[in-house]
Amino acid sequence: MSKKIIEIKDLKREFLMGSETVHALRGITFDIEAGEFVTIMGASGSGKTTLLNILGCLDKPTSGSYLLDGVDINKQSRDELAQLRNRKIGFVFQSYNLLPRTSALENVELPLLYNNTVNSKDRHERAIHALEAVKLADRFDHTPNQLSGGQQQRVAIARALINEPVMILADEATGNLDSRTSYEIMALMQDLNQQGKTIVFVTHEPDIATFSSRTITLRDGKILTDKTNEQQISAKETLAALPVTNE
Amino acid sequence: MLGIIIGVASVIAMIAIGEGSKQSIHDQLSSMGSNMITVLPSSNLQGGVRIAGASYQTLTEKDITAMTREARFITEVSPAVSSKSQAINGALNWPTTMQGVSPEYLDIRKLTLKDGIAFTEHDVRASAKVCLIGQTVIDNLFQNGENPIGKIIRFHKIPFQVIGILNPKGQNAFGQDQDDILIAPYTTVQKRILASIYFQNIYASAANEQVTDSATAELTRILRESHRLRPAEDNDFMVRTQAELINTLSSTSGLLTVLLTVVAGISLVIGGIGIMNIMYVSVTERTREIGLRMSIGARGKDILYQFLIEAILISITGGVIGVAVGFLSTWLVTAILKWPTVVSEPSVILSFFVCALTGIFFGYYPAQKASQLDPIEALRYE
Repeated sequence: MSKKIIEIKDLKREFLMGSETVHALRGITFDIEAGEFVTIMGASGSGKTTLLNILGCLDKPTSGSYLLDGVDINKQSRDELAQLRNRKIGFVFQSYNLLPRTSALENVELPLLYNNTVNSKDRHERAIHALEAVKLADRFDHTPNQLSGGQQQRVAIARALINEPVMILADEATGNLDSRTSYEIMALMQDLNQQGKTIVFVTHEPDIATFSSRTITLRDGKILTDKTNEQQISAKETLAALPVTNE
Repeated sequence: MLGIIIGVASVIAMIAIGEGSKQSIHDQLSSMGSNMITVLPSSNLQGGVRIAGASYQTLTEKDITAMTREARFITEVSPAVSSKSQAINGALNWPTTMQGVSPEYLDIRKLTLKDGIAFTEHDVRASAKVCLIGQTVIDNLFQNGENPIGKIIRFHKIPFQVIGILNPKGQNAFGQDQDDILIAPYTTVQKRILASIYFQNIYASAANEQVTDSATAELTRILRESHRLRPAEDNDFMVRTQAELINTLSSTSGLLTVLLTVVAGISLVIGGIGIMNIMYVSVTERTREIGLRMSIGARGKDILYQFLIEAILISITGGVIGVAVGFLSTWLVTAILKWPTVVSEPSVILSFFVCALTGIFFGYYPAQKASQLDPIEALRYE
């Protein structure tokens, strides 16, 4: 557990809104090591989305350094950043962002279409494995509108896994789901974490944070607290403890 | 898609209709004998005095033989002799002209028969006393709708059997009635009426309008040889073409070509703008998809290619449907409006490819726009 996936030093990001400069991030420093399950919390306006964009290589900081798996983001071109996202990061979004009218399998294959080192046969096999890993082996040919919200999010997670990224970056991944399904997704995340995946989970729900091993809380573009959770709660147990509803 | 379909279809239909009109205008002008070449005996010096051409006798059977044997740009040749006299049928009479010609004359002058048959080579050899009759002569010699076919009329005191009726041609450009005519084998007119071995004219038709000049040069050469003229001597004949008609013909078809090109161009631009609109809407509707694709590793280039390929596919599909619709509407125009149409293969191939190219051209801008999107904003786009 010594390898550092993310090294952030004095990260700042400013936006020009007309004549005013908005300081979204005012100097943030933290590292994330391989195998960690980190939640980033904060109220709206705390800079959490900006941080997420930078972590996801969608945006570059105004100043400060960000090393992702040893690569300095500041030195990468637009196309190199795209490749970095393709190889090192798996995104999971709040609104799933699956392609409509496209089967689950094809949705999962999508990232590999932009990775020309993988041929179509491997792509197909890896997509099947990824869907099996999220327990959707019987839903290969379903299109997103034939799947429930939780199932759609699991397809999205399978899509995030297929490139074998160094980090899974989840943006409010449970925000659109009811609490039971949320716990299911969190149980899946914990499973993946136990298999060695590094997970960064942005959320504003405190109970979601309790499933992680570490919580970073932001306020006004600065880190308010950065603490390790002594008692990581198992999502599976929480799920089992939920009262059984009429089904 | 609809834009490109309409674009391709209208190009094909427009060009087909235009080509059809061009063809029919061309046919009409050709029917006036635009490829006709006339050879006249020329004035010549005789002891310092120029003699009028018509009275000069230079064109003979020998020239016709030479022309039919040697000429390559000439398809048909007919000698012509004419005689003015009184035509008589029973109690009625009418002054008219008898034109003595060979059977090819009808083709050269684009004359057709309304009824009966034309005389043949055999009649020419036999100097047969048969004739074809023009509408004006019929009107004056036959009353109460009497059928002239098979009737005997007299011309210059010689009885002729009417074997065919000419379709009316009306007046020519100089106000002469072209239907006031009798047409008979030239040998008959030469031997039985004029007692002459010379021709007053030779009519010939060039293979088409374009080779008229070559045909003229060729005829001049052949006739000079046939008349054994030395290089220093003037021609003892004149070769005349329908230059005015040919000019009208080429300027008309030139004008139509310009018109068609403009129409086709406008249609293609409309089709292209259609493609651009579709691609724009597509890019806007799929902004989130673009954002997603970018966030999972698509480069700007990948997005650009994706949308360009879509534009090409749409325009090619539209092109195929457009070709079909174009053929269908062309067929409808012919079937319902009785308008002549000609679907030319080049126009189909051209409009298809040009439309596909316009699709790419107009698809490029929206595709470019999509590839430049900021993935963060695209992902949050509602």
